[in-house]
Amino acid sequence: MMNKELLGILLIFGSTMLLALPLGRYLATIYRGEKSWTDFLAPLERLLFRAGGIDAKRGMTWQQHLGALLTINLAWFVWAMLVFCFQGSLPLNPDHNPNMTPDQAFNTAISFLVSCNLQHYSGESGATYFSQLFAITFLQFVTAATGMAACVVVFNALKEGTTEKLGNFYDYFVKSITRVLLPIATVVALVLVFQGTPMNWTGKAPIVTVQGDSVNVSRGPAAAMIAIKELGTNGGGFFGANSAHPLENPTYLTNAVENFALVLIPLAMVFAFGYYLKRPRLSYMVMGVMTVGFLLLLAPTVYYEMHGNPAITHMGADQSLGAMEGKEVRFGAAASAYWGITNTVISCGSVNSMHDSHMPVSGMAELLGMMTNAFYGGVGVGFLNFFVFVIIAVFISGLMVGRTPELLGKKIEAREMKIAIIVALLHPLLILAGTAMSAHLYAGNPTEYAGWLANPGYHGFSEMFYEFTSSAANNGSGFEGLGDNTPWWNISTGVVMILARYLPIIGPVAIAGLLARKKYIPESAGTLRVDTATFGVMVFFVIWIIAALAFFPALALGPLAEHFTLY
Amino acid sequence: MKTQLLSALRLTLVMLVLCCGLYPALITVAAQLAPGHGEGVQISRHGRVVGFANVGQKFDRPEYFNSRPSAADYHADASSGSNKGPSNPEYLAVVKARLDTFLLQNPGVKAADVPAELITASGSGLDPHLSPAGALVQVARVARARRLPEARVRALVQQQIEPGTLGPDHVNVLKLNLALDALAGL
Repeated sequence: MMNKELLGILLIFGSTMLLALPLGRYLATIYRGEKSWTDFLAPLERLLFRAGGIDAKRGMTWQQHLGALLTINLAWFVWAMLVFCFQGSLPLNPDHNPNMTPDQAFNTAISFLVSCNLQHYSGESGATYFSQLFAITFLQFVTAATGMAACVVVFNALKEGTTEKLGNFYDYFVKSITRVLLPIATVVALVLVFQGTPMNWTGKAPIVTVQGDSVNVSRGPAAAMIAIKELGTNGGGFFGANSAHPLENPTYLTNAVENFALVLIPLAMVFAFGYYLKRPRLSYMVMGVMTVGFLLLLAPTVYYEMHGNPAITHMGADQSLGAMEGKEVRFGAAASAYWGITNTVISCGSVNSMHDSHMPVSGMAELLGMMTNAFYGGVGVGFLNFFVFVIIAVFISGLMVGRTPELLGKKIEAREMKIAIIVALLHPLLILAGTAMSAHLYAGNPTEYAGWLANPGYHGFSEMFYEFTSSAANNGSGFEGLGDNTPWWNISTGVVMILARYLPIIGPVAIAGLLARKKYIPESAGTLRVDTATFGVMVFFVIWIIAALAFFPALALGPLAEHFTLY
Repeated sequence: MKTQLLSALRLTLVMLVLCCGLYPALITVAAQLAPGHGEGVQISRHGRVVGFANVGQKFDRPEYFNSRPSAADYHADASSGSNKGPSNPEYLAVVKARLDTFLLQNPGVKAADVPAELITASGSGLDPHLSPAGALVQVARVARARRLPEARVRALVQQQIEPGTLGPDHVNVLKLNLALDALAGL
């Protein structure tokens, strides 16, 4: 029994890794603009560029890239805000769901714009089919493509030679959609539809059950949205229970396919990096570090979820299936644990079981996945986070061996280091400051804020801590017991999400732009080799020290304290 | 800046057509060939829809195999988990009460035979399944309530087990209970 479930997650992971390799090579080919078998889409792309009034051949500097990226993001924000605020009167609303309140619309628009998908509403009653499609599905496509485009800009900067121009943002953006996201999403959506996920336009189905209860079954154009929600690592669910919902994720097969889809592009992006620069060894180093980090978080989670809640074991019930609170029978504990960790190391944040009910160590592993946010990481942006840690590791290694720190022939100097450090420290700052403020508010007036926490004690603290970690990691999963649809949570997490999305894109792109301009120093015997295992270990410890140890005191107050009371 | 904004708006419009018009239309058309035609797979009895195959419903009467506890009380338009933490004392008291109730309703069953899914709420509140053990442990009670031989009810459960190729084996509670009703000629 247990072995079958373990074999299941092994197969899901193995097949993802195997397919990510050729996909990575393909990504490198299309971003380089070389010949590929998908060139039949070129006329469509030319049409899109013409309709958009865009010259896709023009090389852009890093400032121009950021200008284009931020401008179009602003346009999307305004669009989504309008849709959410007026969804009640817009078409495709068969269930007559109301408008969102302005603070909730603000939070939701930001949330999907930054690919975070923190959801302070439930899909069944809080959104209309129009919003699900024209705001949410739309953003799930374009924000993923934004992350991928920004990532390619950084790849360009690490090429040999000196340059100002780092490719064309629109070119990378449009190709990411036409040649990667749309085709794969279509395949995933078809699997879902044929496994029983709805794709319809009528409202809830009123039925009378066998026992005679009247029930309304929510449906809608779900399959199309769920496919890109996973593939683009956005994670925002169609229904309130996300991929735990039996229509959103009906079978073990759909579970495997959805889980596969969300891990695929982050892995492929790492391989693409190696092929793009024609330095495959470099991507093996990156992949090695990420995979070690991932497995270190996965193993304890699988162990604790499969062994069940000791307090329930103590009552004498049979827990051979594992900890079943918040889990679905068709997935089982192992696949739920695997899903939980993949969705937190990768900033997808969809859930197929309720993280709030996971064992404390699993909750901690999920928190750590979001705190590091670079063991694979979200589509495109995960690599950018990793890049920041590489810069820091190069600098520290350089100091240790007494050489000028260089990355691929470019000197790392004070300016780049300052940017990298600001980006790296921003993450703990946002999380810890946000949690501290909330804990302060709560402790000052526990009766007024009684609705916030679904659980007392250490676990209640973890709920607040998780919410800010998830916002800052642009993850979007939650300890959903938190009563988070209040102005405080909507606005504070909204602000955290904006800062935590754009600064970690602006920072690495700026570093990339600065590096690309520098004189290229050919490799020599004195060069620090970054494609070695030694350097991999160095990066791993930089990530561990900066991203994980900074949180240790807070983790001790939440999940660790809870663990020691339970066991 | 102005041209950039204009490009942004135009590109947004084009992408809306592609990602929110053409793509969902394609999936909707394909869905017509799928089981349930994209409306969700419905199950009818005597010409009346009694449920969706994938959506769990409430069964709490003794003559039916009971479904799992649900934080959403099986309201299929408000899916939700309990979000209770593993150490929450109030929550643990509820679990203990469910176990005690189950033992009362199923005399002769020992606590060690009660699989945890019968006393814990699912993630969606709409879990349509039980583990085989979760159904088998209810056989004696159901057989007694329906005045059927235990062996026949047990055989029915065995028939309804859907083996998980990689995931856990499971039983669809709605299908099991419909088969049970059919056995009784309902």
